[in-house]
Amino acid sequence: MESGRSHAQEDAQIKIRYGRNSAIRKMLRHWQLYFVILLPLTYIIIFQYMPMYGVQIAFKDYMVTKGFSGSPWVGFKHFQIFMESYQFQRLVTNTIGISFYSLVAGFPIPIILALSLNSSLNARFKKTVQMITYAPHFISMVVMVSIIMQLLAPRAGLVNNIMGLFGMDQVNFMGNARYFKSIYVWSGIWQSMGYASIIYIAALSGINQSLYEAAIVDGATRLQRILHIDIPGIMPTATIMLILSMGQIMNVGFEKIYLMQNPMNMSASDVIATYVYRLGLLGAQYSFSAAVGLFNSVINLILLVSVNQFARKYSEASLW
Amino acid sequence: MDKGKTIRYSKSDRVFTYLNRVFLTFILIIVGYPLIYIISASFSSTEAVMSGKVWFLPVEPTLLGYEAVFNNSSIIKGYANSFYYTVLGTAINVMMTILGAYPLARKNFYGKNLFMGIFTFTMLFSGGLIPSYLLVRNLGLIDTRWAMVIPNAMGVWNVIIARTFLATTIPEDFYEAGELDGCSDIGFIWKITIPLSGPIIAVLTLFYAVGHWNSYFQALIYLKDAKLFPLQIILRNILIQNEVSGEMMRDISEMQRRQGIAELLKYSLIVVASIPVLVIYPFVQKYFVKGVMIGGLKG
Repeated sequence: MESGRSHAQEDAQIKIRYGRNSAIRKMLRHWQLYFVILLPLTYIIIFQYMPMYGVQIAFKDYMVTKGFSGSPWVGFKHFQIFMESYQFQRLVTNTIGISFYSLVAGFPIPIILALSLNSSLNARFKKTVQMITYAPHFISMVVMVSIIMQLLAPRAGLVNNIMGLFGMDQVNFMGNARYFKSIYVWSGIWQSMGYASIIYIAALSGINQSLYEAAIVDGATRLQRILHIDIPGIMPTATIMLILSMGQIMNVGFEKIYLMQNPMNMSASDVIATYVYRLGLLGAQYSFSAAVGLFNSVINLILLVSVNQFARKYSEASLW
Repeated sequence: MDKGKTIRYSKSDRVFTYLNRVFLTFILIIVGYPLIYIISASFSSTEAVMSGKVWFLPVEPTLLGYEAVFNNSSIIKGYANSFYYTVLGTAINVMMTILGAYPLARKNFYGKNLFMGIFTFTMLFSGGLIPSYLLVRNLGLIDTRWAMVIPNAMGVWNVIIARTFLATTIPEDFYEAGELDGCSDIGFIWKITIPLSGPIIAVLTLFYAVGHWNSYFQALIYLKDAKLFPLQIILRNILIQNEVSGEMMRDISEMQRRQGIAELLKYSLIVVASIPVLVIYPFVQKYFVKGVMIGGLKG
């Protein structure tokens, strides 16, 4: 190829001009790689870093005519209004309550499922269970919420029909704030436990087979093998997953909660994310809701960093 | 029992195996039964569904619900729009992801860690909903089809998955050999990277395509024009907000039957909306599994 020679020539020239090992030489030699990453980098800067620059409106009174930088500074005014508002406590309690409930109930179940699948001796049965339990992951949130609403409907819903068989009274599940958190959490587990178990099944398949052989020789029962080989074997994965979900504590799934919300369950279902959407996009109070959103992201970041720090100190697995 | 020929299990192992099987069967029923019920209800008559006669198989089979779904022009339009966003969006996503992942997977990419840092920081912190919305609005994308494919043109997590794949499957020797033959760094993408990354392109395509097909949030905030609505927004209006237009009820006047058809239509609509994903699901399941596993490798 013709470019081969020019490549070498270019190289020689660069070498003469910048010396053998300088950074510039390394960069010039592979300048095309910087060209390739230009488009993804531009995207990241515009659609990820520009909003971070734009978040300054949380400390300003944003006016559309004056733009991000031209609007007047107001310091922590919006944060103060939010923290002093009567909704503050309810929003924070609901946000943390829902995520914490999801975490406590939802974290162990995929692990148990993975351990159980891994111990299943019948390969075909195992495949079937995997196939069926992964499927709900691919159902869209809109369809998922409407499935919940259909099955829990007060009249002619499947759950009430079943309860009727046992002579129980009909319950209006979606119309009662008391049930909201449980419906949200358990339907989420129903939808995601199979898919979430994949990562643990992968970790289990990576365990050294000779450990099992040695354990069998030593007369360990199947339960003992799970307790002493499987569980320690997936601990690093479980730790990483736990850190990741702790970092998401303030990020409750807006999409699902927003769809499940109705005037009757608002006292349990209103979270920071839905509040930001309602005030910011429907009410056009940009600065105030940006402040509420920023409050949320900062707490999240602090949580993630401190949980990771803790994991670094007390276990072998951490994100960085 | 023929001793010596089969493995003999201790009593506790047999109990364990039995209980394990019971547990998995329980999970199978809990997950599978509601799915079967919905499909059966969608094929049953209104009366049977409303009076709670449907338990497992369809009762008084009918296609009325499906007829109502396919007679609705907004559902058909939503289907077409979703298809458009999914195809265009996924093409952009995969291209951007490969362009981002390829340099990051190269050993000779000086300053790689800096770029990695710029990319991964966005997974820890973001400007949030309002600044992102204002940005998209300032760019003039609101109420255009571009709003559905540009603000989410690339997922950083997927770039990391792709980078891990490329870095572990394509040895640097390949590039060095190519370099001797005079191939440029850009030429490698076509000649080495893409031909060798079939599995990761499949994984990315599936992740992104399912994401586009199922998403409604972007359309909710960026689109006002009903002509542009994807299927999920139409579904939300019908299924969750009960906005059943007169069109669907054309020749039924009786109030109670109207209510009944509206209920039946919901079950049919749930099935119709999920079909594209569920039909391809059994064939692509292994790729999703692969994607999760690559993601699990710490890159």
